Amino acid sequence: MKYETIIGLEIHAQLATESKMFCGCSTKFGAEPNSNICPVCTGQPGTLPVVNKKAFELAIKTAIALNCKIEPQSIFARKNYFYPDLPKDYQVSQYELPLATGGYINVEVDGEVKKIGITRVHLEEDAGKLVHQGAAQIMGADSSLVDYNRTGTPLMEIVSEPDIRSPKEAAAYMQTMANLLQYIAVSDAKLEEGSLRCDANISLRPIGQKEFGTKSELKNMNSFKAVEKALIYEVKRHNEVVSEGGKIVQDTRFYDEKTDTTKGMRTKEFAHDYRYFPEPDLVPVEPSQEWVEEIRQSLGELPANRKARFIKDFGLTTDDAGLLVSNKAVADFFEEALKLLNNPKAIANWINGELTAYLNEHNLTITQANISPAKLVELIQAIDQGTISGKIAKTVLVKVLETGKSVKEVVAESGLTQMSDEGELVKIIRDVIKNNPKQLEQYKGGKTTVLAFFVGQTMKATKGRANPGMVNKLLKQELG
Amino acid sequence: MQIDIDHVAKLARLGLSEEEKKVFGEQLGKVLDHANELQKLNTDNVSPTSHAIPMKNVLREDKVVVCQNTEDILANGPETEDNMFKVPRIVE
Repeated sequence: MKYETIIGLEIHAQLATESKMFCGCSTKFGAEPNSNICPVCTGQPGTLPVVNKKAFELAIKTAIALNCKIEPQSIFARKNYFYPDLPKDYQVSQYELPLATGGYINVEVDGEVKKIGITRVHLEEDAGKLVHQGAAQIMGADSSLVDYNRTGTPLMEIVSEPDIRSPKEAAAYMQTMANLLQYIAVSDAKLEEGSLRCDANISLRPIGQKEFGTKSELKNMNSFKAVEKALIYEVKRHNEVVSEGGKIVQDTRFYDEKTDTTKGMRTKEFAHDYRYFPEPDLVPVEPSQEWVEEIRQSLGELPANRKARFIKDFGLTTDDAGLLVSNKAVADFFEEALKLLNNPKAIANWINGELTAYLNEHNLTITQANISPAKLVELIQAIDQGTISGKIAKTVLVKVLETGKSVKEVVAESGLTQMSDEGELVKIIRDVIKNNPKQLEQYKGGKTTVLAFFVGQTMKATKGRANPGMVNKLLKQELG
Repeated sequence: MQIDIDHVAKLARLGLSEEEKKVFGEQLGKVLDHANELQKLNTDNVSPTSHAIPMKNVLREDKVVVCQNTEDILANGPETEDNMFKVPRIVE
């Protein structure tokens, strides 16, 4: 029997707010343990939560970007369970009436666009952090220390429909979602740092069957690669169990990156009986049409539309356009540069190539680095005018980024200007020819491909400063 | 109405004596009886009520307010270490 893979993802993203979901404590990461806590987020008796307006706004923004319906009424609910990272013994979340429902996101997989349904978007609060003692992990630890700084940080949960059909699609979905959340500035959305988290539900079913098979819930995937690898392992495991005539037992499994396997988690009588009920301390939120419209306006052009426009209007390749819009600041930089110089291809090449390589290497963003659209345009113009060669321009760019100086200054100081003095160049070329009699003989014998060798030697002798066009011309002339 | 008092106590992490189970079981049973009484009402034209008070959209601006007595909060825990609450083994 042939089986197909069914995957649905639940994403949790920490929202980019200053303060927590229901109190004024800072959400800043890395503070002293239990310094950003207060009576509200630690659940002291008699305290009252109040909804953070910005958190609500960011969730609506996301919901609009995901083509969801913004619900006219949104209710918070208590999800009851005991765990040391949850001081109130309930998590304030949304259950029956979430903030938004029924959207979709377009994800590109192997060059094809696939529409993946979004079931719902809702708000909730994050839990605290546990430091385990006596063991590296929770398993085997003698005791644990609890830091409630993260408790109450606004979290947005995005639940997908079970529309994903392969681990690869799942990874692409995550990547697209992370890019979108970063682009519209609602979350840092970094899997590695925990500001974005992913739980995956996976099951197999015989092709043609309507009902889903028994699912496993996967946790602890801290990179896009890990999401894909954990699912690949799990598909294999399900296949093995089913093909041997066994039955999948529904469970929650932890992905272990070191061994590249998943393990079932047994917690101490962890009853999945959450007894949701409306949070009596929080009144309903009914976002007005004006407010939603205002947020919609603030959203601006979404990355998918911008990408399509870049391809259509500027003739960029899908890859180039995709790279540019993977980050809003980069896409803005590109368009600013384009206003100064109508050469989209060259600008895109420089941004996606040398500039991005430098930024990645130094862990900088385009706004933090010593570069501006005007400087990049100055660099490209210097190449076009023949002041510097394309090869030298790479060195110039790095110097500009390192020193913050203008292209002109860097070129002037380091004597990197292109050599276009014919007399000087002819002298060098004659030397090159003289020093390579063997190649000269070959050339004379009709092996004209040796010309490339001479060009290379000349460029080397001039440290890349020679104008390549001129070198070609003069070499042919000198070689006769 | 009969209630599974053992299950309810377990969910609430309460250790009840046999006597307490009997007393609370009866009391909670009566609460359920009352709820069952209400179930008989025709509520076809009543939308579900999540809150008794007719209020909505109580929101606060995203401003940080630093709490001054975090030490008092820590003092509420039975055991602390390095400014963190210390809890016993979680997973067996």
